[in-house]
Amino acid sequence: MSSMTREETQALIQEVLEVYPEKAKKDRAKHLTVNDHEVEQSKKCITSNRKSAPGVMTIRGCAYAGSKGVVWGPIKDMIHISHGPVGCGQYSRAGRRNYYVGTTGINTYGTMNFTSDFQEKDIVFGGDKKLEKLIDEIETLFPLNKGISVQSECPIGLIGDDIEAVSKKKGAEYEKPIVPVRCEGFRGVSQSLGHHIANDAVRDWTLGARDDDDTWEATDYDVAILGDYNIGGDAWASRILLEEMGLRVVAQWSGDGTISEMELTPKVKLNLLHCYRSMNYISRHMEEKYGIPWMEYNFFGPTKMAESLRKIAAFFDESIQEKCEAVIAKYKPEMDAVIEKYRPRLEGKKVMLYIGGLRPRHVIGAYEDLGMEVVGTGYEFAHNDDYDRTIKEMGDATLIYDDVTGFEFEEFVKRVKPDLIGSGIKEKYIFQKMGIPFRQMHSWDYSGPYHGYDGFAIFARDMDMTLNNPCWNKLKAPWLASDDDEAPVAAAGE
Amino acid sequence: MPSVMIRKGEDDELLFYIAKKDQEDPIEKVETDTDDAWGGVVTLTDGSEWYIDPISPRPSFPTTLRFKRA
Repeated sequence: MSSMTREETQALIQEVLEVYPEKAKKDRAKHLTVNDHEVEQSKKCITSNRKSAPGVMTIRGCAYAGSKGVVWGPIKDMIHISHGPVGCGQYSRAGRRNYYVGTTGINTYGTMNFTSDFQEKDIVFGGDKKLEKLIDEIETLFPLNKGISVQSECPIGLIGDDIEAVSKKKGAEYEKPIVPVRCEGFRGVSQSLGHHIANDAVRDWTLGARDDDDTWEATDYDVAILGDYNIGGDAWASRILLEEMGLRVVAQWSGDGTISEMELTPKVKLNLLHCYRSMNYISRHMEEKYGIPWMEYNFFGPTKMAESLRKIAAFFDESIQEKCEAVIAKYKPEMDAVIEKYRPRLEGKKVMLYIGGLRPRHVIGAYEDLGMEVVGTGYEFAHNDDYDRTIKEMGDATLIYDDVTGFEFEEFVKRVKPDLIGSGIKEKYIFQKMGIPFRQMHSWDYSGPYHGYDGFAIFARDMDMTLNNPCWNKLKAPWLASDDDEAPVAAAGE
Repeated sequence: MPSVMIRKGEDDELLFYIAKKDQEDPIEKVETDTDDAWGGVVTLTDGSEWYIDPISPRPSFPTTLRFKRA
């Protein structure tokens, strides 16, 4: 298990907290914990989903990021208007690598940026007229769009524009779904509330569109993939496995997804939920309203994948269960070869993670398949139900940090000395300059997919490529290196 | 008076989900649990107690109900 004992880890947390003023120290102490398998409920050991302390470096996003960036943005045949000043849309444009099939600008709009570009006069006199004009322009220039969503930026809520009225009016005029989303950035403490608001907008404005329409032929094997955003093609790598099992994937939410798929989702037999944090709301709603069961699954690493595939198959009849075993058996030799190749190169290496959504717990199994150990993990914007699930996955006496600050993360890394860090772009260069191999685990560092069997092979290769890269022992200038210098590691307390 | 969604878990136990608190715990005991009524004091596995006037006929789960602290 972890190389640090419970007491050592606890002492480390205390030491890191020393620099804070009394109040901040008390506050931050609640967000850092040592994992203990005996604790059943995370609320007893960790506080989450609270406002970040002013003055620290936090890595969180805003509600707009959660709605436009995560949930709505990847729906490819809708146009998502970033309603407000130009920056929010422009600086988040196309950065998430949620792949899709289609001709951008003709029938798909994923990587484009549509904004109402608010100026002073729009703030003073209101922007509803501008929004109307914008929707008219979109209809002229991009007539093949299947719908529009209006993603509010901060000023919309502050000046009290009535985007719902404009959306209703224009929606009736063009006979298309136009969805107003009240995801102003100032709402909530992180992007997490944006997911919730986006889910509620889906529920209120699109989900029931085909409730009275039974022309679509359903089968007994219809499923929907929820909470897979197709980063680097993730959803495709997952989808083929489900299809091989004999299931019919009706909808992908929302990576490479369409509005028509979303409208058909209430007719499926089972909702498969990958990212619990961003889509549990809509899954619960569909369970209540349409009686569709939902289950969480994990497609990272062969061990977890086999578990998940069997769990999915258990919902269906024996023909599916047989095919499920066939799929697992088919990929087993391939996976064994991957593990045989990379495990000796990665065995025993320590990893620290700090990501969002589902990955801080879901990728643990994939690392373990490669013989690596996750010694610390944390979420940017998780709630307590995420930590409930994490406690079981993590080793005893490992570090868990919620909304970790830049300072804390650096200090933890200096002391725990992991061999690899998985986090985002904002952390990447700090740690690389400290001489620690780093992978961006939000966007798969421009690689991917990492889901599914195909993804695991890429995952293993990428981890090896990063960790065993010869550059890591060239960080010290040759004239400064003594003869027996090994790969430099960042020293503690510098 | 939080809205609580009650759904069936994997082992057919009832789960008590309070969205605002992200709390989801199995129900341990229900005061009135007959074929034609459901409610009263509901005890969760974490020890907390909630109250709802018994509903008749018994609701079908999943459903959302409003509970009070007992």
